[in-house]
Amino acid sequence: MLELKGIDKYYNPGTVNEMCLFDGFNLTVKDGEFVSVVGSNGSGKTSMLNILCGSIPVEHGSIVMDGQDITNMKEYRRNRRIGRVYQNPAMGTCPSMTILENMSLADNKGKFYGLGRGVNRNRKEHYRELLARLGLGLEDKLDVLVGSLSGGQRQAMALLMSTMTDVDFLILDEHTAALDPKTAEIIMELTDQIVREKNLTAVMVTHNLRYAVEYGNRLLMMHQGKIVLDLAGEEKKAVKVDDILRQFNEISIECGN
Amino acid sequence: MGIYMTILEQGLIYGILALGVYITYKILDFPDLTVDGSFPLGAALTATMITNGVNPYLTLPASFLIGAAAGVCTGLIHVKCKVRDLLSGIIMMTALWTVNLRLAGTANVPIFSKDSIFDNDFINGVMPEALSGWKKLIVIAVITVAAKLLLDLYLKTKSGFLLRAAGDNEVLVTSLAKNQGNVKILGLSIANGLVALAGCVFCQEQRVFEISSGTGAIVIGLASVIIGTSLFKNLTVMKATTAVLIGSVIYKACVAAALKFFEPQDMKLITAVLFLIILVIGMERRKKVKKHA
Repeated sequence: MLELKGIDKYYNPGTVNEMCLFDGFNLTVKDGEFVSVVGSNGSGKTSMLNILCGSIPVEHGSIVMDGQDITNMKEYRRNRRIGRVYQNPAMGTCPSMTILENMSLADNKGKFYGLGRGVNRNRKEHYRELLARLGLGLEDKLDVLVGSLSGGQRQAMALLMSTMTDVDFLILDEHTAALDPKTAEIIMELTDQIVREKNLTAVMVTHNLRYAVEYGNRLLMMHQGKIVLDLAGEEKKAVKVDDILRQFNEISIECGN
Repeated sequence: MGIYMTILEQGLIYGILALGVYITYKILDFPDLTVDGSFPLGAALTATMITNGVNPYLTLPASFLIGAAAGVCTGLIHVKCKVRDLLSGIIMMTALWTVNLRLAGTANVPIFSKDSIFDNDFINGVMPEALSGWKKLIVIAVITVAAKLLLDLYLKTKSGFLLRAAGDNEVLVTSLAKNQGNVKILGLSIANGLVALAGCVFCQEQRVFEISSGTGAIVIGLASVIIGTSLFKNLTVMKATTAVLIGSVIYKACVAAALKFFEPQDMKLITAVLFLIILVIGMERRKKVKKHA
């Protein structure tokens, strides 16, 4: 379970440009929930993810993971239990290393990075099977540098790598936004499979309203640092893209665009 | 013949330094100026140990360790005190000048009459008479190749993978639940360990410790790395570490050739111009590659 309790977040505090994003923001994500988050630019979606992961500090409030207060825990420590995929496919992989080396690197997450051999030959078959599931032919390119792959291929690898070990939470930060529609579809389908299989608790920020409606079992709409719509269970199942789009237009009109 | 031998000897000694610079500059993407201080640091320690009658072979690991300690300091300044990379190196380089003077006692310590890794009972006994002219080169080559092979091996370990990842993509290291700052410190320590090792061999080859021997060491290192990696960019079978060593020898050859036509006091200007040429050529190649991609 992930909880944000009474979060206050200011940008540029103490300057004339001070901007309050969150003022007493609360959110509880229960185990096994797959939450999709939509909202206009600047509504605080990505900031929320950054606060959950510890990439940015908060002024007040606490972040709780399974009952443990992790507000002051460093980002890299939190990542033991969190997998994260970014919008930019380059963020999740190492371009100057081969596919095999990248997979091995991710496979060792949570363990000691010592002087043992970097690539475990015994796991090669396992990596091949994982890659074969992507249907991108990467399983035959184990010795190819990741830097020479396309954005979609890299993002697929980033998704695999972030969920290879026993993480409990998956944070998806517009992870299909930089991809062409067809690749985005493949990645989204794969995300859904992995979340189900590994029984992950996931939070996905997306600008694609259709994905938000079709995937996941809870839907949040954010606006100016507040949650303006929160649908779960049957309500979430019944909702249509048009309903969300109407809501979305309403808040945008209020804003004056 | 003598000139070629000297070029090879010097090239291989500075090759060890270039391996260190390769780690910081190419792998970690960290322009580390500590090098100008850690190179003579290894030399100062070596001169002190040898004057005190310590077995010359012990100077090799000892220099590596003291250089690694200097690298850790640079890393701590950068990571913990959040000082910019270039400035962290400059701070350490400046501090090391005094450390080196204190360690060696004076700015100039001759070790002519002492045993060295090139001249002691053991090596004189092992080496056949016929090879005695090649003795220095052989010893240097053994040390350099050993350093290169160990570095190659290290870069294939889990820790080495993490180091390569840290230079490539810091975010990924954090995603792997590792503190990327610590990985940087580790990289800097290995790099400066190698640099100090080069200083150790250099001091014994010259048979003198000179406080100013490190001035411009970073330029030599960078030039070697850039020559090596851009010349052999398209030769994928060749390891980058091998390319860097060859780059170092080529650089020394260029300097030797230039000195044929100029006076020794023109040295620094030649170095600067050579380095500029190398940089510009290296950049142009990069642009071309991008256009074709």
